[in-house]
Amino acid sequence: MADVRLLTGSFDAAVEIERFLAANGEAGGVASFIGRVRPGGGVEALELSHYEPLTLPGMQALAAEVEARWQVTGLLIVHRSGVMLPGEAIVLVAAAAHHRREAIEAVDFAMDHLKGDSWFWKREKRADGWHWIEPRERDFSDLARWDEKSAN
Amino acid sequence: MPLRLVFLGRLADVAGAGEREVAAVPSIAALLAGLEPELSAALGAARIRIAVNGNVVADRAMFTLRDGDEVAFLPPVSGG
Repeated sequence: MADVRLLTGSFDAAVEIERFLAANGEAGGVASFIGRVRPGGGVEALELSHYEPLTLPGMQALAAEVEARWQVTGLLIVHRSGVMLPGEAIVLVAAAAHHRREAIEAVDFAMDHLKGDSWFWKREKRADGWHWIEPRERDFSDLARWDEKSAN
Repeated sequence: MPLRLVFLGRLADVAGAGEREVAAVPSIAALLAGLEPELSAALGAARIRIAVNGNVVADRAMFTLRDGDEVAFLPPVSGG
């Protein structure tokens, strides 16, 4: 049921959301998140690399986990790989459900795990060249929230 | 058949390329011992995960490599 895609070319998030809404006409609530390359701050380009044998299977496993955890009636996960320019979409997650909380939490969970627990490596190009981006402490604490929730 | 090594993220910079072939050896320790010291140290760090033929290795000390295996070195991830 989930639509999970790893793309090496740019995509139009608005078009994808429009299609998702049309395909999930029965859902009372649809939540979505779009992550883009932040304009400004001296970043000229962003590159995400992936590892073919792990990255898409990992995204599919994440989608299955979301579906096991929340009552979503539709789920879309689109993630870019390759070089992106400021303003370009990196990631899109959308979830459809009968009730809003399910949809919002499903998107939140998927995003935390795409950022902190999926097989992607990110580097950014600044005036002085390319720099690898290390995971931030916040990425780990965002992930840990979900462990606490399942322990409760 | 040689082993095929894949270096992800910043490890590709340390290795000088994203991929490399090396003569087959039976263990990950032997594999690391045959590489340049700087690369060997970077790959052997505890926070680097290793996948063989697309499966993440749980216990690298006990893992037996076979001819033709693809060994990927995976630094901490940063997606989204």
